[in-house]
This record gives sequence, structure tokens and C-alpha cells, in this order.
Amino acid sequence: MMAAATSELQEIRKRAAECFEARGYPTKRDEEWKYTSVTSIVKSQFPTTAPILNGHSLRAALERDSGLVEEHLGCYASVEDNGFVALNTANFEDGAFLHIPKNTVVEEPLWIDYTAVSEQTTHPRNLIIVGANSQVRIVERYRGTGPYFTNAVTEIVAGENSIVEHVKLEEESAESFHIATIQVHQARNSNFKSHNISFGGRLVRNDVNAVLSTGCEGTLNGLYLATGKQHIDNHTTLDHAAPYATSHELYKGILDGMSAGVFNGKILVRKDAQKTDAKQTNKNLVLSPGATINTKPELQILADDVRCTHGATVGQLDDDALFYLRARGIGETDARDLLIYAFARDVIERIGIPEIRSYLEKALFERLVFSRKSDGGAI
Amino acid sequence: MSKTPILEIKDLHANASGKEILRGINLTVYPGEVHAIMGPNGSGKSTLAQVIAGRDLYGVTAGEVLYEGEDLLALTPEERAQRGIFLAFQYPIEIPGVSNLYFLKAALNAIRKRRGDPELDAMDFLSLVRRKMALMEMDESLLNRAVNAGFSGGEKKRNEIFQMAVLEPRLAVLDETDSGLDIDALKVVSNGVNALRSPDRAIVVVTHYQRLLNHIIPDYVHVLAQGRIVKSGDKSLALELEESGYTGIEDLVETAQ
Repeated sequence: MMAAATSELQEIRKRAAECFEARGYPTKRDEEWKYTSVTSIVKSQFPTTAPILNGHSLRAALERDSGLVEEHLGCYASVEDNGFVALNTANFEDGAFLHIPKNTVVEEPLWIDYTAVSEQTTHPRNLIIVGANSQVRIVERYRGTGPYFTNAVTEIVAGENSIVEHVKLEEESAESFHIATIQVHQARNSNFKSHNISFGGRLVRNDVNAVLSTGCEGTLNGLYLATGKQHIDNHTTLDHAAPYATSHELYKGILDGMSAGVFNGKILVRKDAQKTDAKQTNKNLVLSPGATINTKPELQILADDVRCTHGATVGQLDDDALFYLRARGIGETDARDLLIYAFARDVIERIGIPEIRSYLEKALFERLVFSRKSDGGAI
Repeated sequence: MSKTPILEIKDLHANASGKEILRGINLTVYPGEVHAIMGPNGSGKSTLAQVIAGRDLYGVTAGEVLYEGEDLLALTPEERAQRGIFLAFQYPIEIPGVSNLYFLKAALNAIRKRRGDPELDAMDFLSLVRRKMALMEMDESLLNRAVNAGFSGGEKKRNEIFQMAVLEPRLAVLDETDSGLDIDALKVVSNGVNALRSPDRAIVVVTHYQRLLNHIIPDYVHVLAQGRIVKSGDKSLALELEESGYTGIEDLVETAQ
């Protein structure tokens, strides 16, 4: 447990612990967890330790400036709605703390880098506070080796008129469990972009939620690539809480082998959120007969002067395109890789950090080749 | 002629979803020749072109196809392309996310690799591509756009012939490359095709209309109807067809049977 916990924080943790005590782990009877069983996580019982983190420590920030941290910590991610958030809040030992003062442009991307250790549970807890009129790009990365359980929570406050871009790279080990919530609070006229990339993990669940104030622009993009017996579940919520906000969402999935994907995209337009403009797209490429995807848009529209569109597709590689490439001399395997890569590139291209784009292009190719060589599937 | 034909089709039968479309095609094409295959809609022209390129939608039920004396039907589509066969598609496919430049480079290098030539470096490749683009009067901005994505019908057809100009095949099969082209585009496309004519290459032009053959002068014209070549002749046959249309063809089919 964190040594420097103040009474306010102690209160939040106590409430989280009670919440978790009362509700426990989610089960498939919970609508939000209908397609994702966490039984294997519950059974694993890895002991909890402090996360290994390369980045600014939240614990140190609490000791240094508890006022600023406590003003925000635990105020956005709900312990009532999500058992894993409660578990994290009750048990976290450290995480990253980034504070960008107002009117500041941070030129270089900031990194939060976690390395998990075999047979351990960690509850990384990140708090990112971006002041008014500031601009920053952040990369949050998760890696590790062996079996382990990572249960992360990231709270992001995008101050008024700020521009925040957040990339999450989930590159966990093939035997690991990874559960993460990214909870974003967007103040008036802010522009927030999330790129949620899931490559690794045996069982992965992401909840990415953004609450938009007046005049905000919110973008939630994602890419998931699953092979073998991987299970990757992405739940997103765009909460249009005020008028004149725009949201864009593009999630793309590539599923091979016996993998399973879940996408649930909720768009909530509250009663006062007139002139909302929301667009959601989920596209899936299913490469093997054993792979499955469950995709569901969930629109709750309580205002009457809004524009909301959504669309989901599930398809295979285009035979005509494959033949066209082959008829020009490109071998079948290369042609398939090229088409899969082209499908995913749409998401990668939207990332505003060039070095991440080129890193991901390479990583994607490597994973395609890897899954072909291993038993992962026939990509 | 003593030299080996580039393409030799003997009694080729092929079907699609159980329906017989090609019903005994015989055709021999020697290096340096241009053959035109004409015929009404549904006569099997495009099927023949696709079977030569290796499309697996069509099942070959009888007959054989030899390419430079080798069994063509045993080869995959990419092996055929690597050995010098090029099909200009009737409906070029859009491939979002893959740039024209990347696509062309991958194709050219696959073909060069098979020939035992080294891969072209970026500079040499670009200068080759620029030369061919100029020939096809194409805007260089097309290079960085995704393959055929958002191209007009005419741009797509031009892009096919541009690819052909870069890949320099031994046997080019043009499937209705002229359809939908205005006269200016038709001339550009024809120039691109004529520039490829040489004593060691052959071109098979599949078309519904005689118009293209004013610009690409064929050595032989064949009329395809109901899956068979029912009449062959020189370029004057195309003009005859233009006069009479395909109405007299049915009688020819009867005679052939």
C-alpha cells in the first residue's frame, strides 16, 4: 500500500474496496461483460506488486503535491461501474503522473512505459492533467514476459481548449491478462484523440470512455490484431454531455486462428447535447473460420437535434483484390500481408506521432509473419 | 513459322458455377503478333482472358494452354505474371491503403527476381516510372494515391496500360481496355500498347468494338461466339463486323456445330 496516502485518498480507496467487496469480479451475466469471461484471471491469483514504470511517478507526485493530485485522482474513473477500476483504485501502488501546465506546448511525445514481471499482478494507475490551451502527445505502453495480470487505469483531464493525443500500445505477452480503463474528461473546446492499439495478451479488455463538454472534439480510434486463442474486447463510450461537440470513432480488427474479438461502441447524447455530431465505424477482417467477432453499436440519444451515424462490417480478404495483386506477380502470401496491412494502415495513419506510425507499421508486419510461422493461424 | 508460339490454346473448355462458358477454344499466337478477339456480350471473351491470367473462379474442364511451350494451367497467377503474362483488367480493382507506387515496385521486383535480375533501386525505379507516366500522359500525383481508389473509369484503364508499360510483359491480354474511353484517352491507351509492340512480344486484344482496332492494328481477328472461335481473318474482318454487327454470328455458330 502507498505510504503517503492522505485521508482523502484513503477515503476513495476504502470506498473502492467496499465496492469491489460488494460486487466482485464481473461475470458474463453483466451486460458489459457478456462476451468476456474473466474466470481465468480470478483463478490465476498472482500476488500484487508495484508496477515497473519508466515515467514520472504518481507516488512521488502525491508526496510532493498531494493537493493537485487529489483534486483529480479517482474523480473520473468510476469504481461503481467497473469492478476492475474498483480493484485498481483500492490496490494501486504507483503509476505515472503527467502534469502539463496551462499554455504549454510539449514538442516531444511523453512516454509511459510499463514492463510486467512473470506471475505477478500490478495495478498501474496513471493520472494525466493537461492545463488550458496546452498541447501534448502521450504514449502509454505495456509489455512483459510470461503469465501475469495487468489491471491499469488511466485518468486524463484535457483542460479547456487543450489538444491532447494519447496512444496506448498494448504489447503484452501471449500468456498475460490485460485489463485497462482509460477515462477522459474533456473540458470545454478541448480536442482529444485516443489511439488504442492491441497486439498482445491472452485476454485483453479495454474500456475507453470520454466525456465531452461544449464545443469539444473527441476521437477514439483503435486497432486490434488477434491470433491463436487471443481474446480482445474493446468497450468504448463517447458521452456527449453538452452541446456542439463532435466525435469520431474508427475501430478496426483483424482476427485470425481461433481468436475472438469484441467491440461495443456506446454513444450517449444527453438531453442538453444539441448539435452533437457523432460518427462511429467498426470494421473487422476475419481471416480464419475459427475466429469470431461480436460487434455492437449502442446509441442512446436523448437530444433531438443531433447527427449520429454508425456502421459495422465483418468481412474476409477481398478475393478480387487478392487476384489483382497476384496477377501482377506478387506472391499469394505477400499479397495477403499487403491487404491486411492496408486494412490496418487506415488506423495507423491517423496517429500524429511519426515515429509511432513507422514503429507500428514494422510491428504489424512482424506480427503477420510471426503468426504465420507459429500456430497462430493462416494470416 | 518455326519458332515456338508464345501462346497455344487447344480445345479449351471452362466453366463457372457449373455453367460451361468456353466450349473448345483453339488459338495460336506467335511472337510479334497482335490478335484481336471480338464477340458479343456473353460470348466468353472475358472468361478466356481471366483463364489465361489464372483466375480460379473458372474451372478448366478440358483442353490445354501452353505458354512458351510450358503448361500454363499448372501455374499460379503470380507465376504466370512473373513469367511475363499481363492481363489488363476490364474492371481494375480498387485497393485502398496500398499506394500505386508501392504496388508497382512490389510487382516489378517480383518479376525481376524471377528473371534473376537485381531489384531496381529507388532512383532507377522512379525514373523508369516517370518515363512511362509521361508516355501515358498521367499525372505523377497518381503514384502516391491508393491503387485505383477514387480513379475515374478512364484513369483506371490508363493505369492498367501504365502498369503494363512498366512491367513489359511478353504476352499482354487486354480485356475491353477501350470500353468507356473517350477518343483522347483511347489514343493515349493505344499509343501505350503500340509502344510495347515488338518482335518478341505478343498482344491479345479482347474487345466488343472495332474502334480500338483503328489504333491498334491487329494481325489477326477472331470472332468468339457461345464459347467458340467461329471465324478468323485479318483486320478486314473487324470492319465487316462493324458493318453487319454480331447479328450474322448466330448462323456461324450453327455452321460450326
